[in-house]
Amino acid sequence: MKTFLRIVAGLVVLGGIALLAFIFVPVQRTQPVAELPADWQPEPGQGEYVLNASDCVACHTSDEGGTLAGGKAIASPMGTIWSTNITPDPETGIGNWSFDDFRGAMIDGVEPDGTHLYPAMPYENYRLMTEEDMRALYDYLMTEVQPVKNEVEETALSFPFNLRFGIRAWNWLALTHGPGFTPAEVSDVQDRGQYLVEGPGHCAACHSPRSPFMSQDGVTVDDANFLAGGVINGWNAPALRGEDSDLNRWTVSETAAYLATGRNAHSTANGEMGLVVEHSLQKLTDEDNIAMAAFLKGLDGDAVEVPETLAPRAGSIEVPEADKAGEADTAMLIDSDPDMPLGARLYTDNCIGCHFATGKGAPEIFPELQGNRLVNGSETKPLISVILNGAEVASTAKRPMTLRMQGYADRLSDEEVAELATWLRGAWGNDAPAISAADVAAVRASAASH
Amino acid sequence: MARQEQKKDVVIVGLGWTGSIAGIELAQEGLEIVALERGHDQNTVPDFQYPQQIDELKYGVRLKMMQKLSQQTLTVRRSGDETALPYRSLGSFLPGNGVGGAGTHWNGLNWRPQPAELKLRSHVVENWGEGIIPEGMNLGDYPVSYDDLEPFFTQFEKVAGISGYAGNLNGEIREGGNPFEGWRSEDYPMPPLPTTYDSSKFQAAAKAMGYHPFPAPAGIASTAYVNPYGMQMGPCNFCGFCERFGCYQYSKSSPQTTILDALKRYPNFSYRTQSEVLRVELAADGKTATGVTYWDDAAQEEVFQPADMVILSSYQLNNVHLMLLSGLGEAYNPLTGEGTLGKNYAYQMNGGITMFFREEEFNPFVGHGANGMVIDDFSISQNDFGAEGFIGGSYWRSGTFNGQPIRNMPLPAGTPAWGAGWKQAIGENYGHAMSIGSHGSHMAYANNHLDLDPTYTDRHGRPLMRMTFNWQDNDLRMNQFMKSKMEPLAASMNPDLMQAGFKNIGAQYDVRPYQTTHNTGGHIMSENAREGVVNRYSQTWKAHNVFAMGAGNFVQNTQYNPTGLVGALAYHTVNAIRTQYLSNPRPLV
Repeated sequence: MKTFLRIVAGLVVLGGIALLAFIFVPVQRTQPVAELPADWQPEPGQGEYVLNASDCVACHTSDEGGTLAGGKAIASPMGTIWSTNITPDPETGIGNWSFDDFRGAMIDGVEPDGTHLYPAMPYENYRLMTEEDMRALYDYLMTEVQPVKNEVEETALSFPFNLRFGIRAWNWLALTHGPGFTPAEVSDVQDRGQYLVEGPGHCAACHSPRSPFMSQDGVTVDDANFLAGGVINGWNAPALRGEDSDLNRWTVSETAAYLATGRNAHSTANGEMGLVVEHSLQKLTDEDNIAMAAFLKGLDGDAVEVPETLAPRAGSIEVPEADKAGEADTAMLIDSDPDMPLGARLYTDNCIGCHFATGKGAPEIFPELQGNRLVNGSETKPLISVILNGAEVASTAKRPMTLRMQGYADRLSDEEVAELATWLRGAWGNDAPAISAADVAAVRASAASH
Repeated sequence: MARQEQKKDVVIVGLGWTGSIAGIELAQEGLEIVALERGHDQNTVPDFQYPQQIDELKYGVRLKMMQKLSQQTLTVRRSGDETALPYRSLGSFLPGNGVGGAGTHWNGLNWRPQPAELKLRSHVVENWGEGIIPEGMNLGDYPVSYDDLEPFFTQFEKVAGISGYAGNLNGEIREGGNPFEGWRSEDYPMPPLPTTYDSSKFQAAAKAMGYHPFPAPAGIASTAYVNPYGMQMGPCNFCGFCERFGCYQYSKSSPQTTILDALKRYPNFSYRTQSEVLRVELAADGKTATGVTYWDDAAQEEVFQPADMVILSSYQLNNVHLMLLSGLGEAYNPLTGEGTLGKNYAYQMNGGITMFFREEEFNPFVGHGANGMVIDDFSISQNDFGAEGFIGGSYWRSGTFNGQPIRNMPLPAGTPAWGAGWKQAIGENYGHAMSIGSHGSHMAYANNHLDLDPTYTDRHGRPLMRMTFNWQDNDLRMNQFMKSKMEPLAASMNPDLMQAGFKNIGAQYDVRPYQTTHNTGGHIMSENAREGVVNRYSQTWKAHNVFAMGAGNFVQNTQYNPTGLVGALAYHTVNAIRTQYLSNPRPLV
């Protein structure tokens, strides 16, 4: 018994020492994967391009602060995380950071003083970036970005998430890959796409599922669940692979057009993805958007035909007819018998003008509702929110029109929205569970409080 | 002392079709541009959104999209011996208001004039001699030909997203298109829209009489569409709310659907709303403009906006008014024929037949503004002016464009206007009528003109513009000719009842009922400074850095809706500015 107690006491002491070590022993930064020559200089524009490809602006710019001056609230399951100021202001930004400091944040998630960043900063992905890209980004931030003095709100999560040393343990579990990028060596184009998707683009942050301890379950192409679909802020981030995925159905060109313009023959980018298109993807070269689309298309091992140019369709584009799965509902809507279900009647009164009886909408402008990920998602907030509050696809260089769908909050009751949404989730071969009036009421209330 | 804004390269007056075209084409040159818009800003969502927009009472009857007459209007009289009175209640014509201008509330009928219409004086003189030109008619040639404009018609049609079927493709006449149109270098950007029942019925009857029906060219999308600026339209759902309404469906061609969002991306372009331009300021020598002075409605003060170039792209009536107030030409005097500004104001001569079929259902609520089948068999190029005794022509169209209950209830003549008899007639007739319209040319005359009113002033103390206008025998004879040709066609369809509405000889202009918002002329194009206000590039003869866009350039009105020619002239003008003027600013002719 005594021996046992001694062992227990010993373990407790050991555990205590380990914990103290965890808290107080300084973090060792990972060594860089490549050593650049002393006189290495980025190509003109390279740093800004990496910034765009990495979508830094999306989190590090708030409506009130200056560009990249932080202060934007990032909703997380643990509470609100406030993004930091990454302008070269020495007091409130990163003006005093060395490149080693910067790399430490990018690949280890550690600030110069050893403070652990919350993994809202996707260093799980950024650690896959090349030394050259990180250097170019650092140079850009230091020399071309205007310093902005902006003291951002300190992130104050509740216990136990306020104990940042816990992230050290989390990092042990999450950062089993990298640093540095390993191309799959499929083709130059697809390897470039892989790099952008895995590294700067940090697509897995939303499109991979999360492990039980909330790290990305699938960070690189070697992981089974890489880009197999996730959930972010109550939005489904659809699977980008697999037989049922949109990307399997879409051509490389269509996917690339979606990335570059937020719209294509089938769908539009809404919610979080809309912001990614607005702040990041539309600013990339056609070659890079094609590369990402090609990489994603080949993710399950299929051979990929790579289009030479991104030529989103222009001129007159024919509107698709109903297909087999949608025939019956299309016929019912055209017939417009007043006895048809309430959901179908509401669709006729409010939606059919643009999305048509076929539920196929019109290419580039009115998204398909048949098979639509947002309509059929496990998360119902986005669909309800679009019906109530409308949606907007931002203006992009190649498709400058801001596409706005109006909201119907003032026209439809909670019960009606539920009827309509439920009907949509079963129409034209769609197959998703019903939505209740209470679900609608909750979304309506949350919109009203914002 | 007026507030002064920072100098710009270009100031654009009015952000409708031509202001948007000038804006985006000149923005591509890197010029610093500001557009001043009298009205409010408006976008498809929320301003045109469903169902608020399809409110017939608010927009169709109370005309909420139109110019506010308390803010700006004109006076009207029929002849020099009448006293003109202010147009205090919108009636005969409906100028638009706000960003997008009339381009937001039009019907979408987009035509090219026939080659003969642009050289009408020569066409008449060569075929019948000068002798058939009536006394008092100012018949002229445009200083540009159809061939000059062809590339710009094509360009505008691609931008505006026009649906149709070419009848003359590079000289090859195609079955099912308009065999009497000018040649087209390319087919329409979109295929024609589907045909409603009334237009199919008209098509069959016209064919049986040996005429040549074809689908009306429509600024209404028949498919999804992406234009050369990357702007987008969605296919029309035939809701029937085009004219007087903004389109909630992104289907109608407008500055909003085809230009503005692309234009707003240019950092060198900006625009200010609630900014009503009061006058163009001229340099001391009067040979160039130095900018414009406008009224900033928000700040309630006058502002001087200096600029190297001034583009006048407001509505035709407002363009002419502004030019009269600014001395951008000598005011036209109908008694002496001296002066050019305000000369050749013209309009449109329309008529039609309504037919009632007790046993037929037309579902008039299915339609759009440019719906229908058309014949051009009585158009300007087809009529023997010498034999018929008039100069002019018209196109005929049949196709429902709305079934709106307040304004579109055709009833047999003699039906009580209210009460049980009216109700019974509505019940019996709603949906059982179709019509054929004749949309005819209007010539220019010495008497029909625009000048400054001697009595009335606006809220800024500026004299109102005065319109002197009346119908003339030549156009009325044309109209009666159309009636005589249309009645047999209508009768061949065997309606239970038909009633014609064509103005008779001697008809006097009545400014109260709506007729058409195709007001043209007043700052007409000409070969030389003696005959008109602007040259072939819409550049004013008076000041070479002032360009005036729009239907004010029309020498006389064509038989068609003006937008196609307005758009082509705008592209022709900006092309000249880009390729000839910017490198060496000077009079281009």
